[in-house]
Amino acid sequence: MLSKSGVPEKKQIEEVMPSKERLASGPVVIVECFQEIPCDPCYTSCKQGCFLPFEDINDLPRMDFEKCNGCGICIGACPGLAIFIVDETYSENQALLSIPWEFKPVPAEGDIVEGLNRKGETVGQVRVKKVRPSAKKSTTHVLTLEVPKDLAHEVRSIKVKQ
Amino acid sequence: MDKTEILIVGSGPAGLKGALAAAGQGARVTLVERDPFLGGQLVKQTHMFFGSKEHYASERGFKIAEKLGKAVKEDPNINIYENTTVLGYYEDGVLSLEKEGKFSTIKPEALIMATGAQENTLMFPNCDLPSIYGAGAVQTLMNVHGILPGKKVAMLGAGNIGVIVSYQLLQAGVEVLAIIEALPNIGAYHVHASKVRRMGVPIWTSHTVLSAHGRETLEKITVAEIDADFKPLAGTEKELEVDVLCIAVGLTPLTEILFQAGCRMAYIPELGGHVPLCDETLETSVKNIFVAGDVSGIEEASAAMVEGTLAGLKAAYNLGYGRDSYGELVKAARLELDALRRGPAGEKIRSGLERLNLAGKEAS
Repeated sequence: MLSKSGVPEKKQIEEVMPSKERLASGPVVIVECFQEIPCDPCYTSCKQGCFLPFEDINDLPRMDFEKCNGCGICIGACPGLAIFIVDETYSENQALLSIPWEFKPVPAEGDIVEGLNRKGETVGQVRVKKVRPSAKKSTTHVLTLEVPKDLAHEVRSIKVKQ
Repeated sequence: MDKTEILIVGSGPAGLKGALAAAGQGARVTLVERDPFLGGQLVKQTHMFFGSKEHYASERGFKIAEKLGKAVKEDPNINIYENTTVLGYYEDGVLSLEKEGKFSTIKPEALIMATGAQENTLMFPNCDLPSIYGAGAVQTLMNVHGILPGKKVAMLGAGNIGVIVSYQLLQAGVEVLAIIEALPNIGAYHVHASKVRRMGVPIWTSHTVLSAHGRETLEKITVAEIDADFKPLAGTEKELEVDVLCIAVGLTPLTEILFQAGCRMAYIPELGGHVPLCDETLETSVKNIFVAGDVSGIEEASAAMVEGTLAGLKAAYNLGYGRDSYGELVKAARLELDALRRGPAGEKIRSGLERLNLAGKEAS
């Protein structure tokens, strides 16, 4: 249970997941925010209107996935590091997954690293396709990873060999 | 003896915002800070803050300290005493100060106490072994002084501080073996818990530390599962080899000066201990003595900033400043504070404040 282990349940993940059709049509945001806390930078950072207006600062984000273009600006704006972008259209067998990263070393583009699931367990090898700071001067990086399609919704972190 | 219109004790988020609010209304402010730099606990907060734009959401705490500290230093109405500790409050409204070994006194017309809180600790066999720290102390060692506390750490407490400091230890390259929490649920924001969890740190709820072991310094701890009455369950003991144990089991408001000043106090567990009775603008039962931030009840930095603003506005108003704009500014700040506390995450603070209100009614 999320409140006991820090790991969200399958049902919770499914509830925030865009539809299969939307996932199949291009990059889209996945917001793993399950607790009402006073926080709204996802909504204020998004220029596309993908995050619906907050009526109360404690609201959970509500989405219009059709408006998301996968720009990823929300990834670095989320103080909870709870936002990811998945592009299932990348290739036949692989998806692209963008995650926030605040650790050293920052991997280099082309590196093969371990993909970790929400429990921190290694579930496969992934290739780092792109590395960029989430915003000007930001120390949160956005890593875009090539992951096997069946792991696109499993991998949420990486382990870089020192 | 020095004189000032408004004396603010503590330059954390509440004190900095209080100084800016009061000075913005035209009052002359003296801001006293024990450390040689402004910012209080903000200076070691390397994570992004929650809240809204008004509370610097998505910015890191130390950056907020830089920003507010700069604004305070550039404000001609604010006089800053760094490296200065307030020692006591006297019956005639005089406070004594110590700055680098020199003693002085100051008499303000209004006082805002923004002293924050201190870390709680826990008693267990060998809890006095070296390398058993408060989590805040470890954060100071790492993020202010650049010193690693050790190599293998166990964290006791899964509130926001325990989980955030665990994350920062990981960032510093330290191994965190486990986060141990006596309560059945994680107290931290769940997104914080998830981000340490996916780096492989287990969180053990309904567990506690039974004892620590080591000759010269900490070498290992014994951990066990506990039942609903916090009694250890036989047979669940396990040992963890660690060279550091961090204790993050809550905070207690730093209220000594308020007791000295004769402010009416109430013991409210949800707010962290003894806190002063106060009104909507954080004025205590003693006229012209205000509180802001954790000293008025343990809460997030975003709320501390708004409380600082409220106290600063009202203190200035009491001295005759900002008579035109006061009503509107206070209303806006009150709305912000209510919004921060409105959700499920604000339940504890809301029930604490309700009890404090009741205590205030009984007292009057």
